[in-house]
Amino acid sequence: MALLQVDGVSRVFAGIAGGAPTQALQPTDLVVADHDFLTILGPSGCGKSTLLRIIAGLDQPTTGQVLLAGEKIQRPGPDRGMVFQSYTLFPWLTVRENIGFGLREKGMPADLQQDIIAHYVARTGLTGFESHYPKMLSGGMQQRTALARALANDPKMLLLDEPFGALDHQTRALMQELLLGIWETDRKTVLFVTHDIDEAIFMGTRVAVMSARPGRIKTQLPIDLPHPRHYTVKTTAEFSAYKAQLTEEIRAESIRAAQMQP
Amino acid sequence: MFEPLQPVSLRKRIVLGAAFFVLFFLGWAFFTLSGIIPPLFLADPLATLQTGVTLFVEFDFLHDIAITLWRVVGGFVVAAILAVPLGVAMGAFKPIEAFLEPFVSFCRYLPASAFIPLLILWAGVGEAQKLSVIFIGSVFQIVLMVAVIVGATRRDLVEAAYTLGADARGIVWRVIVPGAAPQIAETLRLVLGWAWTYVIVAELVGSSSGIGHMIMDSQRLLDTGQMIFGIVCIGVIGLVSDLAFRRLNQRLYGWAF
Ligand SMILES: Nc1ncnc2c1ncn2[C@@H]1O[C@H](COP(=O)(O)OP(=O)(O)OP(=O)(O)O)[C@@H](O)[C@H]1O
Ligand SMILES: [Mg+2]
Repeated sequence: MALLQVDGVSRVFAGIAGGAPTQALQPTDLVVADHDFLTILGPSGCGKSTLLRIIAGLDQPTTGQVLLAGEKIQRPGPDRGMVFQSYTLFPWLTVRENIGFGLREKGMPADLQQDIIAHYVARTGLTGFESHYPKMLSGGMQQRTALARALANDPKMLLLDEPFGALDHQTRALMQELLLGIWETDRKTVLFVTHDIDEAIFMGTRVAVMSARPGRIKTQLPIDLPHPRHYTVKTTAEFSAYKAQLTEEIRAESIRAAQMQP
Repeated sequence: MFEPLQPVSLRKRIVLGAAFFVLFFLGWAFFTLSGIIPPLFLADPLATLQTGVTLFVEFDFLHDIAITLWRVVGGFVVAAILAVPLGVAMGAFKPIEAFLEPFVSFCRYLPASAFIPLLILWAGVGEAQKLSVIFIGSVFQIVLMVAVIVGATRRDLVEAAYTLGADARGIVWRVIVPGAAPQIAETLRLVLGWAWTYVIVAELVGSSSGIGHMIMDSQRLLDTGQMIFGIVCIGVIGLVSDLAFRRLNQRLYGWAF
């Protein structure tokens, strides 16, 4: 069943101070099935964040509409959990309180909140850091907390906008395995934006490639690598074949993007 | 030694800060005790200290200090109780800001001291008039500064809260207010400092008690020692209350400092 349906969504930003308007997204269609892990791959500036923000309800499309479980998305809501590329933990709350933010907003009884928080603290490897404030945490830890915060709300789907983009290579690899592990147990629908080809293949059940700006979804490629995936899958021949194919696709778009720069 | 923006150790900071006070007093003592400046214009430090002791022992100066303190704190607290919620409302809701901001900005430039004659007409020379001066001097400043702080709330945090299911109420109470609280507290600390300057002006005119009144009386007696002692007292109280306020802020909002 299609959980998320993007119908002809485009976005034009008004020009700044009378300048020419920017088309950030061409009319785009996309269907995400329940329990999919869809990675969206595209060159910088192609409108990945714009698309994700529209799905989150944080931005309005210029044309088209987005349906979640058949209902039109008008505004942000707890049914779509989001993890941003930048660090967006509430600095005045501890890790525990950050994870419980959405639960408290729902008015859930405190003891139930604590159970759920404890569960996600353990699953995201934050044990021992519950009482830390965000500024005391490394970037990787902050993104784990942000992931736990989104998961604790039990959303219908997760929207992740390059959540590991600012992390170093090793931390990034560990976070990928962590997220993939969580998905393999829960099979919660994920929409994951990245510009890293390895990341897109390693985690996705499907990879959608976006064209250069103004972007749209150009091709989709199912990734038939067995689950559970171990990090060693990255060295297999199948993985390399996917990588070669996607590299070609992305390269063409990146060159087009570079040529369009003024 | 002079590298831009390099922090200095706490010990060095204290030593350097105290050194200036020492230099200042040495300079003061030199010019007055040597007779370069006659006592009629400026009392020397020792005489000042002596008159200070007399003030406390014979003239119940502690009572004046208490009166002045109560006026500052009273007027300031009333202003803060009114201004902070109003500032938050203005910063968070743009129609309210559009409605009130021009008027408040205009009021902010009305000098509190210029209201004193008018306030004496309206409220007499009693406590109400003194408190009103402090109130007028503080309230508009606090409103505007709080509105600016609240308006600068991190949008990414607001968006994150929305995706976690917060509604407008949740955004105000669980994102905007806690996020702005440390800076609002710092603003209050700043404005409290200004309130000290208004109270003295209020007490210079039509008052029978308070530090400002004592300074005014001393002028009639040409007692520069008392006047300077009064001024120093205000400085010391201001400094101590400022340090206490800062400590309190750092304790309350450890995450922000
Ligand atoms: N608020 C805005 N106002 C005007 N233009 C915008 C705005 N947000 C994005 N754009 C433009 O829309 C285009 C797409 O931006 P978007 O952030 O979606 O790209 P992206 O694919 O996420 O890029 P990156 O990989 O660098 O994050 C860019 O050219 C950007 O300049
Ligand atoms: Mg982006």
